[in-house]
Amino acid sequence: MTNTATALNDNESTMSTIEVNDRTRGLNYDENLLWEKERCDTPGVDLPALKDMPSRTGLPMRGMIGLPQVSEPQVVRHFVRLSTKNYSIDSGFFPLGSCTMKHNPRLNEKNARMAGFGHIHPMQPESTVQGALAVMHDLQGWLAELTGLPGVCLTPAAGAQGELAGIMTIARALKLQGHHEKTVMLVPDSAHGTNPATAAMCGFKIRTIPTKDTGRVTVEAFKEALGDGKDIAGMMVTNPNTCGLFETDIAEIVDLLHEAGGYFYCDGANFNALVGKVRPGDFGVDVMHINLHKTFSTPHGGGGPGSGPICVAKSLEPYIPSPIVLKEGNTYRLERNGERETNCGRMKAFQGQFGMHVRALSYMMSHGADGLKQVSEDAVLNANYIHASLKNDYHAPFDGPVMHEALFTEKYQAKHGVTTLDIAKGLIEYGMHPMTVYFPLVVNGAMLIEPTETEAKDALDRFILVMKKLAEDAKIKGPDYFHSLPQAAPASRLDELKAAREPKLRWVEDAA
Amino acid sequence: MSEVKYTKDHEWLNVDGDTAWIGITTYARHALGDLVFIELPEAGRAVSKGDDFAVVESVKAASEIYTPVTGEITEVNETLADDMDALKEDIATGWIVKVKMTDACEIAGLMDKAAYDEYVAGLE
Repeated sequence: MTNTATALNDNESTMSTIEVNDRTRGLNYDENLLWEKERCDTPGVDLPALKDMPSRTGLPMRGMIGLPQVSEPQVVRHFVRLSTKNYSIDSGFFPLGSCTMKHNPRLNEKNARMAGFGHIHPMQPESTVQGALAVMHDLQGWLAELTGLPGVCLTPAAGAQGELAGIMTIARALKLQGHHEKTVMLVPDSAHGTNPATAAMCGFKIRTIPTKDTGRVTVEAFKEALGDGKDIAGMMVTNPNTCGLFETDIAEIVDLLHEAGGYFYCDGANFNALVGKVRPGDFGVDVMHINLHKTFSTPHGGGGPGSGPICVAKSLEPYIPSPIVLKEGNTYRLERNGERETNCGRMKAFQGQFGMHVRALSYMMSHGADGLKQVSEDAVLNANYIHASLKNDYHAPFDGPVMHEALFTEKYQAKHGVTTLDIAKGLIEYGMHPMTVYFPLVVNGAMLIEPTETEAKDALDRFILVMKKLAEDAKIKGPDYFHSLPQAAPASRLDELKAAREPKLRWVEDAA
Repeated sequence: MSEVKYTKDHEWLNVDGDTAWIGITTYARHALGDLVFIELPEAGRAVSKGDDFAVVESVKAASEIYTPVTGEITEVNETLADDMDALKEDIATGWIVKVKMTDACEIAGLMDKAAYDEYVAGLE
């Protein structure tokens, strides 16, 4: 939508029209595409004229090349304006459930920018990067201690690749041990969608364990899925799970799984609820990936990259991906190619997201063992504060106390025609990023809220107040009001269905 | 004389002789929300009871559709790819595939309309 304003064209002394975007108000720019910038017909840079140079091919030597012609200040402003539209953990509360959007301490950033970490190259001789290798070795040690799992590989690039590395490790172990009959991976229906996808990518068949009634995996449901156990390669469980609940029967379930010769993969996405309190290796975990970008405060989402190291039990150590960092005397080195033939492969070029290794170790060392314990305690306390404060306004499908996140559904609001999506849009109206919506799938209209430990009580209280107001509005004002939200945002309710069915993936001239 | 059966995964089957027309129920359609994509199978594919044969993606989630019967997919309702709103509990137009069943006994364990309605009421 544009309206037109007039501008004087000096050359021709006639009025020509330029387009002004009508949503630009109050120094708040509705930024259009570089392609739509005003002057696409003249070069954006000043090139010297061609003089006395014959065209040796007979073709024109200079012409428009079909790129937007904009000047340097236009480019700079374009990207700076766009950057101000990026909602981030640095700009406000970000309660996405199962995402652990915690503050990224500036100390991490300072350390990661030290020349000895920030300005090195992965192909430098090892003797010149001993400090960097020491950081990776120390991080392996911290992760082994915190998980109770001694084998650590830092290379996976993010959570989903960590999962892949973990399941590849299991697959490699089973193959080398000759267990070709073990082809089935057990996955509860509350799992992150990446879990069954990962197992399928590694060639396993998926068998689902239903959790519908309790939100947890029960011994009975597990036994039924296990059958005689002969074909079971392993089980993938997130603990605490995506309903924010601790899997209370896990010890008994894992004993049964181990008896059947299966491996227990624990998805580390929700490790923030356990760090410093429980060592997953102690409740039978054989493999776990750790999201450094969640639990250990390295940047997340668009600010990434992520980093998803895996930690494994002694029995699986020979099979983890290569390379790992070794210490010999006072010297650090990377594992050489072919040094450990049993490894399951390489996950990534070089050594993984080294900048994230520095940040994560910085976070661990600045918190210390006692501080990390308090991280999980405060994260759980904050989630329970939200759960207890809102459970009369929103339907809580499972009783508390919860772990690091609080799950609600749209049940009470649905009676008034107001859905989870409407509540999310209402939060935007009040200047808050919505929670995770419609996940987990085990309840209808899920709203999953994870405040993390880094939010002050003021921020939680404001969120609770807004949520209560929205619950009240649902009763009094009804769906029509909600469908008009958000009104205060630069763009109101978007047609998400049309966007999904007819996505515009590139600019076309007609649309300008 | 055909009869309509229902599964706990919210599929309906219109059983006509040894052929079952399979679609998804109104409850499933409502739970999914607006659809954005349907992945249909190819005719001729052999399916076993419990296999997924199609994927529906909505603004909320992607869900697989399972066949409760074993057999061969003889026909696919290709019109759904362009008209996703036609996917509904309508025997004439809302079916996804027709399956020529190899074991008619498999439908014995499925629910009739009354039993399914009761099952859905229990989910609320």
